Amino acid sequence: MTEAGAVWSERDTSPSKIEEALRELLKERRAKGEAYAPARVLNLIVIADREWRGEVLNRLEKVGRYHASRTIVCTVEEGRTEIDAWVAMEAEEEDIVAGKLAIAREEVVVEVGTKHLEHLDRIVDPLVVTDLPTLVWSPHGHPEAVDSLLGLAQIVLLDSVTEADAKAAVARAADLTERAYVVDLAWLRSTPWRERVAASFDPPRWREELYDINAITVRYCPDSEVAAALLVGWLADRLGWDPGPLTDGDGLLRGTATAADHDVEITLQADPTMSIPGLAGLTLGARSGLELSLDRGEGGLLARRRTPDGHESSWTVLGASRGEAGILGEGIRQALLRDKVYGPALHAATDMVCLA
Amino acid sequence: MTTAPPRAEQENPLAEGLERLPIRPTIFTIFGATGDLSRRKLLPALYNLAHDGALPERFHLIGTSRSDMPHGDFQEMARNAILEFSRRKPDPKVLDKLLESARFVGGDFDDDTVYDQIAELQQEFDEEADIVFNRAFYLSTAPQFFPVIVERLGEHALDHHDGADVRVVIEKPIGTNLSEARELNRRVLAVLDESQVFRIDHYLGKETVQNILAMRFANQMFEPIWNRNYVDYVQITAAEDLGIGSRAGYYDKAGALRDLVQNHMLQLLSLLCMEPPVSFSAADVRDEKVKVLHAIPPPHPADVDKIAIRAQYVRGVVGGEEVPGYLEEEGVPPDSKTPTYVALRLEVDNWRWAGVPIYVRTGKRLARKVTEIVVTLKPVPHLAFDQDGSVGVQPNQIVLSVQPNEGVSLSIGAKIPGTKMRIRPVNMEFLYGTSFLSESPEAYERLITDAMRGDATLFPRNDEVEAQWAICDPILAAWEADDSPLATYEAGSSGPKEADQLLLPGHRWRAI
Repeated sequence: MTEAGAVWSERDTSPSKIEEALRELLKERRAKGEAYAPARVLNLIVIADREWRGEVLNRLEKVGRYHASRTIVCTVEEGRTEIDAWVAMEAEEEDIVAGKLAIAREEVVVEVGTKHLEHLDRIVDPLVVTDLPTLVWSPHGHPEAVDSLLGLAQIVLLDSVTEADAKAAVARAADLTERAYVVDLAWLRSTPWRERVAASFDPPRWREELYDINAITVRYCPDSEVAAALLVGWLADRLGWDPGPLTDGDGLLRGTATAADHDVEITLQADPTMSIPGLAGLTLGARSGLELSLDRGEGGLLARRRTPDGHESSWTVLGASRGEAGILGEGIRQALLRDKVYGPALHAATDMVCLA
Repeated sequence: MTTAPPRAEQENPLAEGLERLPIRPTIFTIFGATGDLSRRKLLPALYNLAHDGALPERFHLIGTSRSDMPHGDFQEMARNAILEFSRRKPDPKVLDKLLESARFVGGDFDDDTVYDQIAELQQEFDEEADIVFNRAFYLSTAPQFFPVIVERLGEHALDHHDGADVRVVIEKPIGTNLSEARELNRRVLAVLDESQVFRIDHYLGKETVQNILAMRFANQMFEPIWNRNYVDYVQITAAEDLGIGSRAGYYDKAGALRDLVQNHMLQLLSLLCMEPPVSFSAADVRDEKVKVLHAIPPPHPADVDKIAIRAQYVRGVVGGEEVPGYLEEEGVPPDSKTPTYVALRLEVDNWRWAGVPIYVRTGKRLARKVTEIVVTLKPVPHLAFDQDGSVGVQPNQIVLSVQPNEGVSLSIGAKIPGTKMRIRPVNMEFLYGTSFLSESPEAYERLITDAMRGDATLFPRNDEVEAQWAICDPILAAWEADDSPLATYEAGSSGPKEADQLLLPGHRWRAI
């Protein structure tokens, strides 16, 4: 994918000059007779440490078609007192060559110091497109900057697995859900798993078993405990379980949820062979003896089912890995939607990890 | 006192909030699996659904066609088709898994052994999984085989299965006239229930077509003016810059009216003109669409010339290159009278639309490729502004663009900067590309999943198809009885000048 763009940059600049540069770039392109239409979908504000700027920009570059229409990356550097900025307007080169209407995206990089973070909104506010939904993502912490932006951003993108531990992760997510709509990448990584569990129990023959689940084991990447807790939280919410606290023992986290007329054993098991964030697998057992497992496999998820009469079968549930760039892109897309299920799942997960 | 249904029949509580609702395990059988449509559209659509995790959790593919080949050769053919035509580069592992269980059954479509073998394969898949798969049959064959295949399915008891849903997807064309459509529907519905039949009109799978309903019924501003009091006339255009390519065999028998108007364009018309449905369910939407079609009076044979014109393209220049005329295209009989351009003036005789002309036109080898609907409002009743030195106040137009620049634009009069109060039209634009992050999914991907899920909202019902033919039949009959020479238009032009004869005073065709 080649891109053609126009660029502006200035040292020791100001938000009003940056905003003016954005307008001028569009005017310049149009004056050249190029048919540009600036995309107007979403503002994305990213707060990233200066030393990780390249990695963050690289991740954003790979989200493909889910680019925000205006991306404002604030790189943070200890001790910096001046604001430097770089602005680019980009479009698909093939669209320009073909004489088609080229959809233009705008990217702004603003270099700020830690002293600017508490009032980062004063710098960013003139740069966002008014009336568009605004999403803020701060992958390296800086909660004070996120807090300062909550007046102009309606959506916060976070990745709960990057927090120090599951307790801190659910606490932070729960705090943010009080003040903004939260899109949690840890939750989005579980989407294919949730879809598959839902599909497995969709045929009437298996639907009844859903209410008889009495054991769940979730396997996860060692730093993704919160992702496992969210998945169990989802099941607890959807099936009416009351989950109790998880306790640590033998390298496993165990707990019990109370269903209508039975208990559900919960086991969270870190899988040290799993190197990418998220889930590695899950096993659900029902009182009838039915057991269903899903694990990562080639070309999708490897599913295994043992029926109450002992019949075993396995198959692949087809699906390509989205990769971390795909997950981030999905997070940006989800900013425009509203997932009513995350909040209750987070609440149930909080009961499990915070009461422990 | 009412009792709650058993839990097995209640809504799946885990489906709440999921964007992709579960689809039950399915065996998908394509008749005509080695044909052009299958290779270009169906197999790539299945791959892309697999890539996105949107196929049923358990899925098997069976291909059939008249040629015979081992399963491995079919898998290889399908792989090559997907590699060539998929909208994204395939993931080799997903592709391998999709095709590893694909099976092939060769033989004529009226050959009983074909159906015996399909039944055996379905049973094997059921037994191996210890479940009962749903069955979906996709008829991607020449239309004369549609009833033959459905009847054979019935004779071999493949039209139903205990514990499973059996569905049949039928490609267009549904007949070549009203009596053929009725006969096909009769033969199909003698075997299947209407709820099992999914007639493909791939236009309905396009996001921009579905957006007609969103625009009309999710916005307060359009519906109050969507009637004869405010709308002056409507134009529906489906223009193509290409010729007939290698499709002479099909196209010369069909012509423009059958190829595009009878199905896609009348569907667009019914979506544009229908009353608000009670819900977006298949029954409610289709009930409202068919009412519109029934409100279009089929023309009397003597009046066909007044409301319909046809033409054929002759040699011309497209994009700077000289291209042959229709009669010079490979495979076209030199004396063919098949129209490659059709324009109609229709009316919808109901309270909402009576008296509003609805112009429909389509053609091949026109100036450019565009599919759009233009709703032109009546002029303002009194104009206080000076029109000297300006193009003046033009009636507002709402343009729903289906392709290529998907979106909606609204033309409004605005003041030209300066000391005088001069007006000219300017556009307010909504473009899909600038307003949504995601691309529109391929129409076939959407329709295949809907058919497997059993959602018929985007598939025309039998009575719709017959109502569409009822409108076109008298026109076709009149043309077939008419020996006078066809009008012509130059390839690369905007169509024949004769199309202007259909326009009522004050109306004009929007430039293609």
